[in-house]
Amino acid sequence: MTYAAGRSRIVRAVALSLLAGAGLWTGPHPAAAETALLNVSYDPTRELYREINAVFAEEWKAKTGEAITVRASHGGSGAQARTVIDGVDADVVTLGIPSDIDAIARLTHKIPEDWRTKLPNEGVAYTSTVVFLVRKGNPKGVKDWADLAKPDVKVITPNPKTSAGGRWNFLAAWGYAYGQDKDAAKADAFVGQIYRNVPVLDTGARGSTVTFAQRGLGDVLPTWENEAYLVLQEFGADKFDIVSPPSSIYAEPPVALVAVNAERKGTTKAAQAYLDFLYTDRAQAIFAKHHYRPIKRDAAAPADLAQLPEIKLFKIEDLQGSWDEIQKRNFDAGGLFDRLSRAGR
Amino acid sequence: MSEIFSPAYVPSAKPDSVASEGAATRAVLIGIAVAFLALFLVLPLIAVFTQALSHGLAAFLDAFREPDVWSAIRLTLTVAAIAVPFNVVFGLAASWAIAKFEFPGKSLLITLIDLPFSVSPVVSGLIYVLLFGSQGLFGGFLLDHGIEVLFALPGIVLATVFVTFPFVARELIPLMQEQGTAEEEAALTLGASGLHAFRTVTLPNIRWGLLYSVLLCNARAMGEFGAVSVVSGHIRGLTNTIPLHVEILYNEYNFVAAFAVASLLAALALITLVLKSVLEWRFSGELAGGRAH
Amino acid sequence: MVETPRRKRTFRRPSVIPGFGISFGYTLTCLGLIVLLPLAGLVAKASGLGLSGIWGVATDPRVASALRISFGVSALAALVASVFGFLVAWVLTRYRFPGRKLVDAAVDLPFALPTAVAGIALASLYAPDGLVGAPLARLGIQAAYTPVGIFIAMVFIGLPFAVRTVQPLIAEIDKEIEEASATLGATRIVTLTKVVLPPLIPAVLTGFALAFARGVGEYGSIIFIAGNLPYVSEIAPLLIVIKLSEFDYGGAAAIATIMLGISFLTLLAINLIQTWSRRRFGYV
Repeated sequence: MTYAAGRSRIVRAVALSLLAGAGLWTGPHPAAAETALLNVSYDPTRELYREINAVFAEEWKAKTGEAITVRASHGGSGAQARTVIDGVDADVVTLGIPSDIDAIARLTHKIPEDWRTKLPNEGVAYTSTVVFLVRKGNPKGVKDWADLAKPDVKVITPNPKTSAGGRWNFLAAWGYAYGQDKDAAKADAFVGQIYRNVPVLDTGARGSTVTFAQRGLGDVLPTWENEAYLVLQEFGADKFDIVSPPSSIYAEPPVALVAVNAERKGTTKAAQAYLDFLYTDRAQAIFAKHHYRPIKRDAAAPADLAQLPEIKLFKIEDLQGSWDEIQKRNFDAGGLFDRLSRAGR
Repeated sequence: MSEIFSPAYVPSAKPDSVASEGAATRAVLIGIAVAFLALFLVLPLIAVFTQALSHGLAAFLDAFREPDVWSAIRLTLTVAAIAVPFNVVFGLAASWAIAKFEFPGKSLLITLIDLPFSVSPVVSGLIYVLLFGSQGLFGGFLLDHGIEVLFALPGIVLATVFVTFPFVARELIPLMQEQGTAEEEAALTLGASGLHAFRTVTLPNIRWGLLYSVLLCNARAMGEFGAVSVVSGHIRGLTNTIPLHVEILYNEYNFVAAFAVASLLAALALITLVLKSVLEWRFSGELAGGRAH
Repeated sequence: MVETPRRKRTFRRPSVIPGFGISFGYTLTCLGLIVLLPLAGLVAKASGLGLSGIWGVATDPRVASALRISFGVSALAALVASVFGFLVAWVLTRYRFPGRKLVDAAVDLPFALPTAVAGIALASLYAPDGLVGAPLARLGIQAAYTPVGIFIAMVFIGLPFAVRTVQPLIAEIDKEIEEASATLGATRIVTLTKVVLPPLIPAVLTGFALAFARGVGEYGSIIFIAGNLPYVSEIAPLLIVIKLSEFDYGGAAAIATIMLGISFLTLLAINLIQTWSRRRFGYV
């Protein structure tokens, strides 16, 4: 037997594969030793923060001379909050719904419990609302929330347990029904009727969009206004229509500094500057460009604002109380959503 | 090609003997088997490449212009470069202990080594979240000392090591058992040191089996999705492996890019299959169980 | 490196081969740290709920239905994979035809192809407008985003197990027995069912159990094609991920422990099958 020959063949094979690996290592490489921020965000903001992050890096470089990279991670808002709770080293969180930031603050104290007081407008740099995306020509004639509860309408919406968009949809439907009769029990039942029409419950808003737009399931996709416009851009305006209901929810996706992480990494200054940047005119204009509703309307391009229709918006806090109560009543274990999904089957 | 179609290694192939089905039955059965495999196995593979190239070569190549793809590739290679050698060392140690010695509880030990095979990938990730997450057993300690495990390289490596844990050991144990201890004993009697005997006697005997298991271990390490997905944190450009990046692109409506990156993994799978088949055809006697099929 | 064997130790049978201490110790250390400790942590977390708590999670309607879907569809898929796997193994071992070796190599594709890649590929094929999905849709069958999709993905990943466990045994069958049976006047069908098949049953069962275990735990390829609707097409591993997203660590651990228990039972069943087969047929 030729042990030696065999061994040298193995050695050669290993050496070759190492070389190939080394070759790949020298591919495009981000410059080392620069400040890096991590923004843990929710699902539909991928395109938004790609632009915001680039512009911020550019301004930061001009102002301080330092290079900075802002990385982003996206997913269902609840799922994202969970990763921060479990230790993702986020410098800032830009989530879909205040209760997710509350959860991080409550469970880890990495964010102070009074995070709402640390930034202007309770940490809300832009708002949005829920509109309907329907198939071209609106074959089911969906005009308002009541149409979603009709038995022949299939509704695609994400899981409210894991997705902020899913929770806003849920609360918007409830708020609409409550606005009709001022009867909480009737509103609960109305929401139950809608969720009986849901054939697929994805974990994030993006998953629901793919299900509706790419896989062709369902008649109506209640979704973030910005996400609806993005679908028209990505999949073609000839396939879908946007229907804005007469009234919908005032959705406030908040942002916050993850103080403990930033302090440990020594990035507090940059992270704070990043959050402050979101309130500048330049960032506000970018929000409007991506079909979010800026809090400073005069900073945005009029053409962008013209695309956002007048919708009567209600705040869920006015109907159900504090965010702790909202979360507990609707989404915690044994809450309304759990009861509805059990009763629905 | 004649090599591929040669029936030489199956000695008892007498198709027309009484101990076989009629020609028509055979043709039908072959047809069903091949059609079934084509529909269930080959078609998805073809779909990956056709979808990746559906908007032309330029769009395909564009997908690789993103720096995030390259950092995903780098991370995947790094993870495999740690996990595979680790499992090789473990596999060598485990198979040495189990195959060359007799001790009680051996089959229990083998069963425990096998365990990760039958654990759901999601559970494989979850167990590390429960250990190292900030709510977990060691979470507080790690946090106080600023050690990152979860959502960083160590966590991804750990989850990958877990799912590929049995690959090398399970190939080498039966192989070494088959070969017995006589050759090593002879070398030792002739005055060789234990390490020397291992290097010059054992290793050459198991080299093809080892290479075979490394191949499969590597394919799984680079392609693992469920376990890594739970512990990764999905940070673009930082903790995304190639399979996770495929999912992200898919969720960004970037279907061409998703399939383009996926085709990279599909190509890896093809290379793995080719090398594996070559090993089986040429060295079947030196693989565990004499894999001659 | 070379350890002098201590003769007094009775744990292992004495041998001139060195290195037991270091290799055995290293094996146990790795096994303990990588596999056993984390799994123990999981069980500890779940046991924090108490037995009644775990039972409560398991009988929660949504969890129960996810477990039912995972186990039910997986059993069905493993059955189909076993039947076709047997056919494929038979054809590959017994018949000569051009391209046979290529087909044989292709059987292992699901081993080598990452599950996420398989998932998006299957989803694109079986979607209502996909290559296979469109004709199925005309027949009134919706494959993707229903339990049918889960079934397809599970057959895909289970097939190699079903083929590879029976293949070597078919190759070992002594043809003379078949010839003898034929000479004694048995028809081919009788020979197959009475002579050839019985000794293969343990291998088929082992293949079934392996495909079943793999299907129950599978995640990557299924979530893209399943539709993930609670009570209809939501699998247990996905529910673990969802529980994690809901900060419900105890619930996630409980479902994981239940699945782990079933994995154990499956492994045990495989071992029993093999012991039984060794006693009955003299080989595995």
